[in-house]
Amino acid sequence: MSDFSKNEVLLSVRNIEIQFQKGKNFFKAIDDVSFDIYRGETFSLVGESGSGKTTIGRAIVRINPLSKGHIFYKGEEISGKISKEKDREVIRNIQMIFQDPAASLNERATVDYIISEGLYNFKLYKNEEDRLEKVRNALTSVGLLPEHMTRYPHEFSGGQRQRIGIARSIIMEPEFIVADEPISALDVSIRAQVLNLLKDFQNKRSLTYLFIAHDLSVVRFISDRIAVIHKGKIVELAETEELFRHPIHPYTKSLLSAIPLPDPILEKEKVLFVYDAANIHDYSKEKPTFQELANGHFVLANSEEFDRYKKEYSLIEKKLNAK
Amino acid sequence: MENKKPILSVKNLEVQFRVRSRVLTAIRNVSFDIYEGESIGIVGESGSGKSVLTKTFTGMLEENGSVTSGEIWFEDQDLAKFKTNKDWHAIRGIKMSTVFQDPMTSLNPIRTIGSQIAEVIIKHQKKSQEEAKRLSIEMMTKVGIPDAEKRYNEYPFQYSGGMRQRIVIAIALACHPRILICDEPTTALDVTIQAQIIELIKDLQKEYGFTTIYITHDLGVVASVADRVAVLYAGQIVEIGSVEEIFFEPRHPYTWALLSSLPQLADKGNKLFYIEGTPPSLYHKVVGDAFAPRNPFALEIDFVEEPPMFQVSETHFAKTWLLDPRAPKMESPEIIHDLHQKLKNRFIIRRDL
Repeated sequence: MSDFSKNEVLLSVRNIEIQFQKGKNFFKAIDDVSFDIYRGETFSLVGESGSGKTTIGRAIVRINPLSKGHIFYKGEEISGKISKEKDREVIRNIQMIFQDPAASLNERATVDYIISEGLYNFKLYKNEEDRLEKVRNALTSVGLLPEHMTRYPHEFSGGQRQRIGIARSIIMEPEFIVADEPISALDVSIRAQVLNLLKDFQNKRSLTYLFIAHDLSVVRFISDRIAVIHKGKIVELAETEELFRHPIHPYTKSLLSAIPLPDPILEKEKVLFVYDAANIHDYSKEKPTFQELANGHFVLANSEEFDRYKKEYSLIEKKLNAK
Repeated sequence: MENKKPILSVKNLEVQFRVRSRVLTAIRNVSFDIYEGESIGIVGESGSGKSVLTKTFTGMLEENGSVTSGEIWFEDQDLAKFKTNKDWHAIRGIKMSTVFQDPMTSLNPIRTIGSQIAEVIIKHQKKSQEEAKRLSIEMMTKVGIPDAEKRYNEYPFQYSGGMRQRIVIAIALACHPRILICDEPTTALDVTIQAQIIELIKDLQKEYGFTTIYITHDLGVVASVADRVAVLYAGQIVEIGSVEEIFFEPRHPYTWALLSSLPQLADKGNKLFYIEGTPPSLYHKVVGDAFAPRNPFALEIDFVEEPPMFQVSETHFAKTWLLDPRAPKMESPEIIHDLHQKLKNRFIIRRDL
């Protein structure tokens, strides 16, 4: 049962399609994807490289244009042609944290400037003292020091740079943050720090996150709901624990079975579940649709598959309850 | 491991780098044995020296770095004494090969896949062109390239990331080395591909019987590949033991901390554990236990004197004063107790598949 379903839908993605052109060839990176994100939740998009997860994130912050469909933010459309004021509002309220902390910071700017850039663009400060105060606060809130202001990105470690990226997002006091693999470039112990930080901000400022990742085990800790994406289509969507208890789509199962677990016994017993789309699904007679299997748990299936999934679902349910 | 026979023996190894007239000690007095046929995992965070350590085995240290003291014994030779590239010719690529993280930088983008495997065979095994081609295709099939004969003449860009890494493995194994060094071979790959590559390396090891040194920062990967694990911190081995000992009965506070910070073990709603502070600068001499300033279990002596390696079992050693009989009794953090049961409950899927 979702606690969020009663909540306001903050962002709504409706039947979007995104194409890339390469010469005369068109490549459909995103194919008819829809989902809602509720205010205050962390929604994760999980998939492998090339699945289109980053493309969706970039479409939301208006970097990639849609070829079909709509994106609504607080009920108003933010995709396609919108007014300049609306565009500015989107830029201010929806911030993005990028995957590679080395590539996403201006190497020739000081930390002070990098973090203040948004403030400058929107004149979000009363006077110079106010601006400096805001930058100092942003720095300390991500665990850096005010004296770091005059330094350049190259003087920082990977984890620290990622925190500069976070500081520059949160100083805009956004309502919604698209975090594109913010921890995959970091060491285990620094990962934990950054994840804690993101959670802290969420609690303090009632932020909403779209978290983009390739690793289901990391996402589990931070997400309320997870959507699994494969080749531009969402194949399964459910609340986090529900997804781990009842993974039903063969692709989700293959992802879960591949997670390396820090346990030599489990690793020795490991059975890899290989997802071979061409042989598993027969969509020649009937195309799959996105259907609700249980409360808030959706799966991409045609009617034959859906019946099978339903049976499998109740079987697992019985087994788990028996324990 | 029964019947232990060291294939490689490292004794009091020290490696230093010169960086703008300053000296950085990347490996600080490391000693350990690697046994014939085993798979040893070397874990550590970035900067701990795990890559540097294995680069000394094949003479691939960057130019500003060198072995400043210690010995590396392999086939009755001390590799630490090797100076020129010529010395290494009989070792590198023949007796020991390395698979690196990024397959795209290991392969030549403008030469065909096949010719890059054949080259190694022609050069090191003195085979004819046709013979080398036949062996290359055989090797490609071994590492799981479908349609190897056809794909022999393709270029690296026509291969996916996982396929490229398979080719790098084929090249590394072309001369049937005794030791295969895997330096984060799956870090750049997707989880499902990563799992397949790990399976492949394990299968090939069973078939050819080589010894594997597996470097990674991912404890999940180590649990899957290693028979024994060495934990590296600030250029030293702080704990070494069988994979079960390291995961189920770790004794060093750093190993505790590493395991505690795993997101797989975290409860939603709770904070993730993390290690405060940063590793010490290796430009300066480290006094006492290098981990002490970040260690909530640190004793007074940790800040003064470096701990020796204490023996825990026949195979298990840890470099911490906590194992000294005079030390107060300390319990490892609760979060890493019953690791197996906790993970089993959390990842149900493994049982039902």
